Amino acid sequence: MKFYYDLHIHSSLSPCADDDMTPNNIVNMALIKGLDVISLTDHNSTKNVEAVHELCRQKGIKFIPGIEVQTKEEVHVLCYFFDILDCLNFGEMIYNSLDCVKNNKYLFGNQLIMDKDDNIVDEAEKLLLSSSSFSVDEIFRMMDGIGAAVPAHIDRTSYSIISNLGFIPDISNLKTVEVSSSLIANRIVDECIKKYKRLTSSDAHHLGHISERVNCFDLDDLNMVVDWMCK
Amino acid sequence: MKVKDILSHEFTLVAGEGGIEKEVSNVYVCDLLSFVMSHVKSGSAWVTIQTHVNVIAVAVMTDISCIIICEGEKLDENAKEKADEENIPVIAFNGSSFEAAVKLSEMIK
Repeated sequence: MKFYYDLHIHSSLSPCADDDMTPNNIVNMALIKGLDVISLTDHNSTKNVEAVHELCRQKGIKFIPGIEVQTKEEVHVLCYFFDILDCLNFGEMIYNSLDCVKNNKYLFGNQLIMDKDDNIVDEAEKLLLSSSSFSVDEIFRMMDGIGAAVPAHIDRTSYSIISNLGFIPDISNLKTVEVSSSLIANRIVDECIKKYKRLTSSDAHHLGHISERVNCFDLDDLNMVVDWMCK
Repeated sequence: MKVKDILSHEFTLVAGEGGIEKEVSNVYVCDLLSFVMSHVKSGSAWVTIQTHVNVIAVAVMTDISCIIICEGEKLDENAKEKADEENIPVIAFNGSSFEAAVKLSEMIK
């Protein structure tokens, strides 16, 4: 059965995302677009995961708890969890490991934490665009058994595993990679993709960029998405 | 100049002792491994802050003489093993990449 997805969406918590990427706007836009499964992957924090999770539950969209970690090598890795509690604990650990650089909202934008009614309940104090203290290898080790780690936009020239580490290192639980929707084909990326399963999500920072009903999983059960990424 | 001529109290060897007789003909400073792969000249001493095991693979691929890890960053354990296996000398330096490059430039004259 085909399930349409967008597993790379930023909320108002990510400084580079619009303030109107509120939990309700994201979930309603996903409904309008006809998506079956979404994930929220803010930079280095999971503070809006619970609100989006609750709204997805109410509105009948499958939600995968997630985060986009920036490793100490400045590689972006998407982490998807089986269990929301593991996701929230992991998010806390990543946030605590960030350097104590405060966000300058005039330069980078707001980092708004919202509840399920889109009320602003807090702001993340530390700049979420800095690197966590963990390496790529450590993130993959930490994710083993609790979810799937997926190198983000591997075809990009910045913040990608290929641009920053030259090529994809041999990691036993690295099975799936994400490529951009506007895939920039080159020889190295082509070679790398062959060995892995491949996801394409929107990396939406604005409401209109959330995926159309174009990318899908062909699975028997919608609850098997994270398992599929791990195997 | 050979790799062993770089070693001093400031530049300490942390792995790859088997390669210290290699000749150093150039110095290259960069932290993006994909860029290093396509731009570095063979025989270079490569100055970086990256500590991932891929650093060693890039050095082998491009025939780099040695790697200098700056800012007191610690080489990953599996990278250390790989460096010993491949005889790629890895040298630790506490200062910045710029300071390392200045000192190396004086040595190489």
